[in-house]
Amino acid sequence: MAEVTVREVSKSFGGHKALDAVSLNFPDGGFFALLGPSGSGKTTLLRTIAGFVAPDAGTIRIGDRPVERVPVEKRDIGMMFQNYALFPNLSVADNVGFGLRVRKVGAAEERRRVGEALELVQLPDLGTRKPHELSGGQRQRVALARAFVTNPRVLLLDEPLSALDKALRVDMQVELKRIQRELGITTIFVTHDQEEALSLSDRIGILRDGKLVQTGAPREVYNAPVDVFTAGFLGEANVLPGEVRDGVLVLPDGATVQLPDAAPATAWAVRPENLTVTREKPDGDGINVVPATLQQRVFAGAMATCLLTVAGRSMKAVSLDRALPDLPEEGPVWVSWDIDRTMRIG
Amino acid sequence: MTGLILDRAGRVWLVLVLLFLYAPIVVMAAMSFNASPFYQLPFEFSLDWYRALAENTAIKAAAWRSVGIALATMVIATVLGTAASIALFRYEFRGKRVLQVLLFPPIAIPWLITGTAMLVFFYGIGLGRGTPSVLIGHVALALPYVIVVVTARFATFDVTLEEAGRALGASAWTVTRRITLPWISPGIVAGALFAFAVSFDQFVISYFLSEPGDSTLPVLIYTSIRKGFTPEINAVSTLIIAVSMAVMLVAARFSNFGGDR
Repeated sequence: MAEVTVREVSKSFGGHKALDAVSLNFPDGGFFALLGPSGSGKTTLLRTIAGFVAPDAGTIRIGDRPVERVPVEKRDIGMMFQNYALFPNLSVADNVGFGLRVRKVGAAEERRRVGEALELVQLPDLGTRKPHELSGGQRQRVALARAFVTNPRVLLLDEPLSALDKALRVDMQVELKRIQRELGITTIFVTHDQEEALSLSDRIGILRDGKLVQTGAPREVYNAPVDVFTAGFLGEANVLPGEVRDGVLVLPDGATVQLPDAAPATAWAVRPENLTVTREKPDGDGINVVPATLQQRVFAGAMATCLLTVAGRSMKAVSLDRALPDLPEEGPVWVSWDIDRTMRIG
Repeated sequence: MTGLILDRAGRVWLVLVLLFLYAPIVVMAAMSFNASPFYQLPFEFSLDWYRALAENTAIKAAAWRSVGIALATMVIATVLGTAASIALFRYEFRGKRVLQVLLFPPIAIPWLITGTAMLVFFYGIGLGRGTPSVLIGHVALALPYVIVVVTARFATFDVTLEEAGRALGASAWTVTRRITLPWISPGIVAGALFAFAVSFDQFVISYFLSEPGDSTLPVLIYTSIRKGFTPEINAVSTLIIAVSMAVMLVAARFSNFGGDR
């Protein structure tokens, strides 16, 4: 186990800058998600740490050891691939034991550790099967067991859950988190799924166009995004139009919004789940209230989404459906939220 | 109704094609078991020609020479060809496309031309005729076949398997031995059998490059026919056909001709 440090790492493919002076610290034992849209450089960063991509500039350390010139097989990593990359000609036990055999741990030791690893991923009886005889979820677990069984210093996961269907994916998120906690291995995890990143990791790094945009704990990044892109990429954000005058945001239609503090910001926004939609104008302290037009109310079982127009701009509010008993299907309504929930961007 | 007619017509057509392909061979094989040296009917079963063959030292020597050259060609062409396929699969380098394209023309160039060129070349470098020249010529002919067959097998190989092996701590050599070679081995076997067949059936190149008295079986057959035909040749030809067809059938099985089984 080790801390991973990336300093000023750049990489170009042809004329395209895949990584642009990225510096990041992956804490020892942490679960770090690299999040970004496709082409943001997150996979290139992971492959650079693994050693499959040689950076044009910058340094990478695993623990105290600079690894830029160390080949993949000597970096002591565990890696899980998006398509799992299980060896088709080997049994499950031989797949999991591959790294142990390469390290010459001995047959008895190999058997014991493969058994433990398969136990941990809850597939104790499948050792003799071939990969093509397994379901998608089972393959995913075997790939995970194979990656951590050698007790590597860092575990690299490349979109490990994206090949699974939705229901299975949620189960595996819970599993993955449990296993990572139990092992305590520094884990770096690439995903384009923001929900997965928020729920699994204890730190997130957001990349865009090869640059690191923001890092922080999930709540921190979610509640204080550095720019409009990040705000919209991590969940949805209703960016408020208008301009700030005397510490108050004046919307284009003249309605005013109280701000939590007077420090300057690039923009202000409100998350859909923080908006309350009512027929009557609510009163009370510490809340912002603005008039709005309800365009449509979308029922989705437990939750409901209200599509609104506020000061000429489309906005979205999400709440429990039972919280909206007397709301019409459309028409004039009031939108309110805690002043503290007005989100600073930048 | 038309479907039924087409179905029938298709079957008749297939029979005609097979007849066209195999009738001469069947006649030849039958005559090798006929007692008359002048192809006289009625057919009278006899193993005389095979017995005569077993006593013909010239034919036996040529047969063993052919088998030896074919085996040597197979080993050399398979090792070189497989290594070339792995390099073409794994590395990007300058001129790779050109190299890949240049692999195909030797398969299409008439052997007569290739043979002439080789003869000129081997005299030019002072090697002249002889078994070494024959062997080099056969390897050069067989190499493209091996590369094409093994490369076709590589098309089904997932490159992340090699990455997974390296990430698990295995050296490039261990990954090749434990992951890559097992996957492409059917292609290697098929390529080896092709190489054997290309060499064993080769006439033109062997004829140009071998010394008199040192000829391979096809060359010996050719020269015997010119001297005077005996059903012994039918017998040896039948044996060659049996061996060649067996080799090609095994090769076809390994290389998945006509898609997956």
